[in-house]
Order: sequence, then C-alpha cells, then structure tokens
Amino acid sequence: MALLDIEALSKAFGGVRAIADLGFVVEENQVYSVIGPNGAGKTTLFNLFSGIYQADTGQIYFLGQEITGHKPCRVAAMGISRTFQNLQIFFNMSALDNVMVGCHLRTHSRLWHAALRLPAVVREERQAEAWARQALQFCGLDKVAGMQASALPYGLLKRLEIARALATRPRLLMMDEPAAGLNDTETAQMCVLIRRICDAGTTVLLVEHNMGLVMQVSDRVMVLNFGKRLAEGTPQQVQQDADVIKAYLGGGEADGH
Amino acid sequence: MSAGSATSVCALRYTVDFCSEGEVCMADQILQFLLTGITVGATYALVALGFSIIFNASDVINFAQGEFVMIGAMATVALSANYGLPMWLAVICAVLITICVGLLLQRFAIAPAHNASVITTIIITIGASIFLRGVALLVWGKDIFSMPPISGEEPIHLGQATLLPQNLWIIGGTLVMVLGVHIFFNHTTHGKAILACSCNRMAAHLAGIPVGLMMLVAYGLSAFLGAMAGILIAPITFTSYDAGIMLGLKGFSAAVLGGMGNPMGAVAGGLLLGLIESLSAGLISSGYKDAIGFLILLLVLFLRPNGLFSKAATDRV
Amino acid sequence: MKRLKPFFLLAVVLLVLPLVFPDNYYVTVIGVTAGLNAILAISLNLLMGYAGQISLGHAAFFGIGAYVSAILTTRYGWNPWPAMLVGMTMTSAIAFAIARPILRLKGHYLAMATLGLGIIVHIFLVQEDDFTGGPDGMGDIPVLSVFGWQVDTDLRWYFVIVIILLLVLWLALNIISSRSGRALRALHGSEVAAEMMGIDTTATKSGVFVLAALIAALAGSLFAHQQSFISPDSFGFFFSLQLVTMVVLGSMGSNYGAILGAIILTYLPAMLVVFEDYEVMLFGAILMLVMIFLPQGLLFGIQNLLQRLRHRKQQQKLPGQGLEGRG
Repeated sequence: MALLDIEALSKAFGGVRAIADLGFVVEENQVYSVIGPNGAGKTTLFNLFSGIYQADTGQIYFLGQEITGHKPCRVAAMGISRTFQNLQIFFNMSALDNVMVGCHLRTHSRLWHAALRLPAVVREERQAEAWARQALQFCGLDKVAGMQASALPYGLLKRLEIARALATRPRLLMMDEPAAGLNDTETAQMCVLIRRICDAGTTVLLVEHNMGLVMQVSDRVMVLNFGKRLAEGTPQQVQQDADVIKAYLGGGEADGH
Repeated sequence: MSAGSATSVCALRYTVDFCSEGEVCMADQILQFLLTGITVGATYALVALGFSIIFNASDVINFAQGEFVMIGAMATVALSANYGLPMWLAVICAVLITICVGLLLQRFAIAPAHNASVITTIIITIGASIFLRGVALLVWGKDIFSMPPISGEEPIHLGQATLLPQNLWIIGGTLVMVLGVHIFFNHTTHGKAILACSCNRMAAHLAGIPVGLMMLVAYGLSAFLGAMAGILIAPITFTSYDAGIMLGLKGFSAAVLGGMGNPMGAVAGGLLLGLIESLSAGLISSGYKDAIGFLILLLVLFLRPNGLFSKAATDRV
Repeated sequence: MKRLKPFFLLAVVLLVLPLVFPDNYYVTVIGVTAGLNAILAISLNLLMGYAGQISLGHAAFFGIGAYVSAILTTRYGWNPWPAMLVGMTMTSAIAFAIARPILRLKGHYLAMATLGLGIIVHIFLVQEDDFTGGPDGMGDIPVLSVFGWQVDTDLRWYFVIVIILLLVLWLALNIISSRSGRALRALHGSEVAAEMMGIDTTATKSGVFVLAALIAALAGSLFAHQQSFISPDSFGFFFSLQLVTMVVLGSMGSNYGAILGAIILTYLPAMLVVFEDYEVMLFGAILMLVMIFLPQGLLFGIQNLLQRLRHRKQQQKLPGQGLEGRG
C-alpha cells in the first residue's frame, strides 16, 4: 500500500488554478521531491495535504485512509508532519519547549489533570522532555535546547522546525524549502539530515528550489508546472526529460543555486 | 450625561405629531428615525474615519479618538463663553488646539513605543484618553455645556418629520470632509505616502518618505476630524468632560464594522450604526439601543470576520 | 519544588500580612478588592497572556457570576454555595456557546467583539430591572458561611479571598508548565504550526476562554457576598478595561505579573485620591508612562532591568529584533 496516494486533485484561487487534476503516489521509506518554478503550486500542495486548504476536487489517501478535507490537527494525528516555507517557530518559547510541543500527540494529560498536577502529569512531562531532547540531538541542536527561540540564528531555526516535526514521530514528513536561505555548508548538512531522517524510517516529501540538493538526496522527483505534473521519475530520468529541460531547468543545464 | 443618552433625548425631542391615520404616521416616524439616524451616523462616521486613518497609518487603535471630539467641542464652548471670542474664531482655535493634542499624542505617547505590541499600544491610548479626560475635568469640571447651533433653531419640516438646521450642517459637513479625505488618500502624493507607511514602514522609509512626518499628519488629520465632529454635534447633544467615551466606542465599533483599514468602509459603518441605533431605539426599545448596535456588530463579525467592506486577507504560510 | 518557590513566598507574605499590620484598612479592606482583582487578572492572563486572545469584555463574566449568586440567594433563598456553582456553570455555558464564533476573530476584531459582548451584558443587567434590580442594583445579599463559620468581618474575607487566590494561582501555574500550557503558548506563537503539531486550536481556545470565564464567575459570586450589594456599574466596559490594564501593566504572560498589576491598579487610585482634582489626570499619565518605558510590563521590565544591571558588560544585541516600527 502506498503511503500517500493523490487522485485528481484540484485547487483554484479565484481564476488561478494552483493545482490542476494532479495525481501521484508516494511510497514509504523514500525521499520524494516536488520541484517546479515559483507559482507551480508546490506550497499549495503541502497546504492541501496538511488540511490548511480545502481541495476543490479530488482525493488524498494516506495509508489507505482518505484525509481529504481533514483539519490539520487530525492530519497530524494520523502521522503527517511538516515544516514551513516561512518559519512558524514559537518565538515565545525556548527551543526545548518548541520541540516539546511536538510531543503533544504522544502525551495525553488533559487540562484538569495538569491543573491538579497529578503524578501522571509529572511523569508525562519528564517523558516528553526526554523525547524532545532526543529529537534535538538528532538534529544537532542539543546545545541550544535551553535558549529562547528568538535568540537563535536562522539556520538553527530551520533545523529546530524539523526537530519539532520529528518529535511527533511522523510516518511522513513534508519539508517546505528546508534549504532556503542556507549557505553551502548548511545546505550540505541539511542534505545529510534529510537522508538520516529517511533512514530512520520516516518518509520525506520535499519541496525545494536547490537543484543540487534535490538531485543528491532524492529517490524520486516530480516536476510540477502550472499545477500539473510535467514529469516524474528518478532524479536522472527527470534531469534528462525534454519537457522538463524546456520548461524549467533551461537549456540542458542543471542549475544549482 | 453621555452623548449616547443625550442623543436619545433628542430623538424624543423630534417626536412627530401623532395623527389618526395609521400608515402615513408610521412612514413619517420611520422617516424621523432615519433622519436622526443619519445625523448620529454622520458623527459616528467622522469618529470612525479618524480611527481608520490612524490605524491605516500606524496600526494603532487610538482609544483617545473620542477625546478629540470632546476637546473640540469643550474648547469651543470655553473660548466663546469664557473668553468672549466670536464663534468662528473659537471654532478655529479649538480645532487647532485639538490638532496640537493629536500631534503631541503621536510624538510623545505613540512614537516612543513603536516597537510595542498591539495590546500595549492600546493601553497607552487608553491611558492617554484617561489623561485627557482628567485634564478636561480639571479645567472645565463636571458640568454639561451647550453650544449655540450654527444657523438657528428653526425646525425644518419634511412631511410630518422635522429636521433642525444643525442636522443639515452635520450631514453636509461630514460629506465634505469625507470627500476631502478620500481625495487626499487616493489622489494626492502625501495621502498615498501615508498609506505606504502603513503597508511597509521600512520600505516607505527607504523610498524617501518622511515616516515620522507622515505619522504626525495622520494624527493631526484624525484630530481635526474628531474636533469637527464634536463641534458639529455639540449644539444638539451638549458636551461634557466625558462626552467622548461612548462616541469613541461607537466610532471604533463603526470602524470595525466597516472593516479596519478601509476609511470609506468606516464611514459606511458609522452611517449604518447610526441608522440601526435610531431605528431600533424608535421601533424596539430605546434602552437597548446601544446593545442592538453592538449585537449587529457581533453578527456581522461572525459572518464576515474582517468587517463588511474589507478585502479578505490571506496569511502566507 | 523550585518551580513553586515564589508561590510559597507569596503565600507566606499574604497570610502573614494582616498579623504584621493588624486592623489596617489598606490590608484587609482594599486587600480584599485587590485579591478579587488578582483572581480576575490571573484568569484574563490565561486567555490574553498565554493563549494570546484579546478580551475587552471580561467583566461580563464577572457580572454574570455575581448576579446569578445574588438572584438565587436573595430572591429564591438558595444557599450561597450551590448558587455559586450554578453561577459558574451558567457562565461557563454562555462562554462555551459564544467561544467558537467569537474566537474565529483575530486582533482588533476580536477586541471589538469582546467589547461588544461586555456592553451587551451590561445593558442587559441595567435593563432587566425586574430580574436584576436595574441600575439601582441588588442588596441584602446574604453572608457566606463555611460550615457554620460566618464570613462577616473584613479579616475573615481577607483570608477567604487570599486562600482562593492562592488556589487559583496554583492551578494556573500547574497548567502553564504542562502539555496544556505549552499548547496555549504554541497557539499564541503560531496557530498554524500548533495545528500541525496536533493541537486542536479551536478547542484549545474555547477551553481557555471557558476556563477564564469560570474563574471570573467565581470571583463574581465572592464579590456579591462580600459587598452584599451589587450594581451594574461594577461590571461595565471600564472594569473590563481595568482588568486588561492590570494584566498588561503587570506583564502579560506572567501569573505573578497579573497579581502585581492587580495590586497596583487597586491601590494606586486609592492613593491618588489625595490629589483630588488631579487624580484622573495623574492616573492616565502614570499608565502612559509605564507602558511607554516598560512596554513588556512591570514584572518583566523590572526583571530585565535587574538583569541588565548585573550583566552590564555582557549585553548583546539580539538578532532578528523587529525593524518594523509603529507610530
């Protein structure tokens, strides 16, 4: 059974058809990249999957269950998490607290349990902290755990968002331009991190502009143009696809930013 | 006595002669309520417009807006009654005084706190409004004052409904000022510059727009509108040190109703609010008049969370 | 229990105060009002400071709690305690009913809607005089008694209010350092990210709104019995504004800040009375000045000042400090 199965998905904003009759399949345990020019509909796709936008037509299946139209918190509960193109870090909290929010789905105490400080709550807190520190360590952020998120530099914040998403222990992690704004060293580190995430058992759905990163880290690539699928295959296949070269990569060269 | 209850007193003052025929009477009553409603609505519109301008320029909800209204009226009364200035001079001086207050407010209360959060700035303007009321209390005491109308008290008859000349001044004056503001923001460079400041302050700064000056202009303009509203309506509703409170609230309510950041929406919101209030005071219950206005506001917001006339904004995620 | 160290300190101070200053009007009488305000401020802070939802109509819930208690005990002869429970239940129900629609609004629209709500409730209390006694209020509200121990002196009220304040504070502190508290703060930080972490933001917002209303209703019932006379004046727009001011002045997002704000805003007017005619003006001036120079509120402001004095040489510029201004 495929992890993610999209059928005939469409979304329009006014007259602009952001996604047009799109269908594709994402198998488990791979890094699947979605590339395309700006405005091709990539972030819209993510927003549709995570329930932030409602699709006009079509179905989205996750592990065989339909998730079209589900609220984001329900989608998250099913095992999908994501990072954002425009950082959505909780700047009013520390790095550790940010990631501990990611443990929300794995803990269960209710408001009144917390208010009365029941022993179960205290146990859960310790457990959540342990999980959060694990996620921070996985992303190389253990040293900044106690710092206020507002004091961290951009590169670390990108990784913090990933740590937070990983703390939910997702089956599928959607990463929206994780390399945006990163220099070459940081991009190389991001590449390593993405592969490690996949190796640890989480499927990664990646949206990226950095072609070098995409070609290096992906198992499969899909090219989106004007909301439609232009090509799909391994990185090599996509690189050599004539339509893709014409529409996006330009003149037979693979651009790396 | 606040401006709100004074308005309902005026609604009673204009009560129509009750005639024996049923339908004609009702239409006249409604006409009366409409006339009162437009008058009151015009005042709300001016106050709402002032709110909207300041919000547009600086993202600040100016809770002291109502105090501009109060100061305009009170200063006029004080200057003409206590200092014997001829009315026209008193009005000009009062407006200038109010504009000064607006400029001082911007320069010394708002500008220093430009990095503060929304709610902090709200508290600052609340503090400012309390301060201004305190000064007014000190200078003029708790008395209620009246002001002579611009062109006499001879009522005009429209069918069975009556109108005071002052009503016409209010409606006409509001029309002129609203038009002026519209032209200013949409067809002059200075106006557009102010709008640019609200969209993106840093970019406006880099484009050479003197942001600080634009802010002062915006506040000065709002103060002017508030003062004029106060001066126009004081002959009908009287004025006192706390006359600005309810007007400020209603004006804010009207601005939100029309959609914050849309000046013409604010004007429409003000007129709408005035009409709803007057009609519900006359047809349903005058005690619940204020509540009905807010109830309508709540309903509108539940259905259109960004106000009636605002463009829907989307957050980029 | 490092987390609760300030709590125990505060508890000791509050409980010992009337013994150190016996028969002191400022402690027992104004102290009770300050205590009630503090309870209200803590509840509002949960909503505004942690969940980030502005409410300019909180006095409405305070009023509903007070009037339900008053009506049930005076007109129907109920025992104060069940009446209090009914008041809290009714207020929670009303809050629950309007929570979802009203919390879809954001920023200024939410502020206006809550303001409108507060005014509507206030007008209702004034207009329905058969029920509520109208603008003249309701009196002869019976004394509260705890298992026969009558709360009928200032000192006894002081202890009752302090104990309830400490209880509410303890509950709030527990909530904040828990999964629920993090969910609230996440909600404030980024609603969309909070949703993606599995937090049902709508339910969470409604939940904290109802909780805040519940606590306010409790305070209202206590107020009714303590004053033995209530009128709509105490539950209007001004008081809602005062509560917001307490939270922001003390420091939004801090339970202790809320208490500090409540104490200051209760005692300051009482102390300014000596200035007679200048009272209102001075009050406004003080409010403006504090918010301009300590925009993050008194508690955080003073904490920051002390920190900076201590680490003078290690002062760093924080990256990402907003360049956008406001004027």
